Amino acid sequence: MGKTLIELKNLTKSYSGNRVVDNITLSIRENEFMTLLGPSGCGKTTTLRMIGGFEDPDSGSILFEGHDLLPVPPYKRNINTVFQRYALFPHMNVFENIAFGLRIKKIGKSEIAERVAKMLRLVDLDDFGKRNVDSLSGGQQQRVAIARALVNQPKVLLLDEPLGALDLKLRKEMQIELLDMQRSVGITFIYVTHDQEEALTMSDTVVVMNQGVIQQVGTPVDIYNEPINRFVADFIGESNIMEAVMPEDRVVVFDETTFSCVDTGFAPGEEVDVVIRPEDIRITVDPADGQLQGTVTSVVFKGVHYEMLIETKHREYLVQRTMMFPEGSRVGMNIQPADIQVMKKGDR
Amino acid sequence: MRLLAWPYVGWMAVFVVVPLLLVLVYSFTSGDIHDVSTWQFTADNFARFNEPTYLKVMGDSFVLATASTSICLLLGYPVAMIIARADIRYRNLLLMFFLVPMWMNFLLRTYAWMSLLSPNGLINRGLQALGLPILEIMPGPWAVLLGMVYNFLPFMVLPIYTVLSKIEKPLLEASSDLGANKFLTFWKVIFPLSIPGVVSGITMVFMPAVSTFVISSLLGGSKTLLIGDVIEQQFTYERNWHFGSSLSIILMIIILLSMAVMSRIDRKPAEGGRAV
Repeated sequence: MGKTLIELKNLTKSYSGNRVVDNITLSIRENEFMTLLGPSGCGKTTTLRMIGGFEDPDSGSILFEGHDLLPVPPYKRNINTVFQRYALFPHMNVFENIAFGLRIKKIGKSEIAERVAKMLRLVDLDDFGKRNVDSLSGGQQQRVAIARALVNQPKVLLLDEPLGALDLKLRKEMQIELLDMQRSVGITFIYVTHDQEEALTMSDTVVVMNQGVIQQVGTPVDIYNEPINRFVADFIGESNIMEAVMPEDRVVVFDETTFSCVDTGFAPGEEVDVVIRPEDIRITVDPADGQLQGTVTSVVFKGVHYEMLIETKHREYLVQRTMMFPEGSRVGMNIQPADIQVMKKGDR
Repeated sequence: MRLLAWPYVGWMAVFVVVPLLLVLVYSFTSGDIHDVSTWQFTADNFARFNEPTYLKVMGDSFVLATASTSICLLLGYPVAMIIARADIRYRNLLLMFFLVPMWMNFLLRTYAWMSLLSPNGLINRGLQALGLPILEIMPGPWAVLLGMVYNFLPFMVLPIYTVLSKIEKPLLEASSDLGANKFLTFWKVIFPLSIPGVVSGITMVFMPAVSTFVISSLLGGSKTLLIGDVIEQQFTYERNWHFGSSLSIILMIIILLSMAVMSRIDRKPAEGGRAV
């Protein structure tokens, strides 16, 4: 992956006194697939719109290849956007929608025809040029919107929840198609979504946001395995989160039980949060073999695994195993040191 | 549900179809209007229209109606745009400014212009006080034009405002995102999408303007005779309902033809797509 392309520095934006984006600093590299992930209202779309030029930040700066981007109006930015509801021009057919940007740039007719045809091929809509945009399905409109943006050969493509309006199956297909496209055209994608699975599937880098603040930046694997705080752990995937104490390095105590772990660098006796993924809890048939003991209170078949709730003296644990333990059975639970993720108590 | 349509059908039959047929019958006959036994079938009424006086009146009516429609479009489009772009809180207030005068009687408003424009009316007294030459446009075609624009402007603003306010903001952002500055966004996105409003605005202004007789008889005097005035005269002073009817029929046909042309423009595909 290449050099830094876009830098956001201390970006802040408020709407009527409400801080939507709060002092964000982030750098985006060339050819990176970066996803801004967070619940609705976390500021991800506002951040994207500031990069696109549709909102001005109250303070902070945006650098594009080292130059200040803020004075540049949206129509002069080498950035294109795929809008949430596609925003295709209803008075133009598919061809004209895609050709719009090229016509503005006064590119020759034959070159326009060539480039649009190439884009139609890329998004798999070869014979759709003359079709009316409102005769297309959601997925097709989506692809026209992507083609309309990509035909301008932007350095950066901004995508604002582009798959939000599609049904699950189509969404999964489009995720893979989008990834293929990004790799084949080799441009930077900045993708906004609230769907954590989508973020993990597609991105090189995930930026988790909450209440206008970046919580964690990392690869999907990092974000999943080493969430930095309770919010990230809770938002990404399913998890068991509990309050614990670290009497010393590599030792953590919760539910009146002492576990060894791999985390260091906390003050002796510091109160922390601990996250354990449901698939990392192993069940023993003999309760005495487990570090924790409990009773299975519910079993749900999920296809690949069974999802069980196991009640201990202190709490209910969510556990995913391929082997089923019947409701009411008394079992033990073990957790490997590497599967315990210790997090600083979040101020947020 | 179909039963519910009958009152409407009955209404249309009694108050639209029958009168139209009557006008048609009058236009193709001559004789004493009170005595049907004297009526004879004839096409002379239509032939009489071919006289220079009537052709000129029809021509003048068209010129004035076209001029007033054009001015209404040039004035009304920007106004509609300003209202449609205004903050939603002020939109209704701005619209009210345009609509409140319409609540007043049409005749009253035109009389008001009469007194404003008269040689010693408010406007001219103001001009005199400032030492400026006075305006002597009333009675005359300019006063008629002014009266038409004033009275019919809301009919242009409203339909255009309606289509403009329905254009979704992301479309404008998309246009800007794809490299179009404000002018190009207007020319390539906003204007083509507003054509249906423009067409209905033009229709709603042109039709009453071409057939009006109140404005022209109040503000135009005897110098500015429009086709509406001639028809009115035929029915009232001349008591020649036959000729009046044939003039009405001719006017109606011309209006229908111009509407047909307009609706073609409406449906004309804009740059390979189609107008919505």
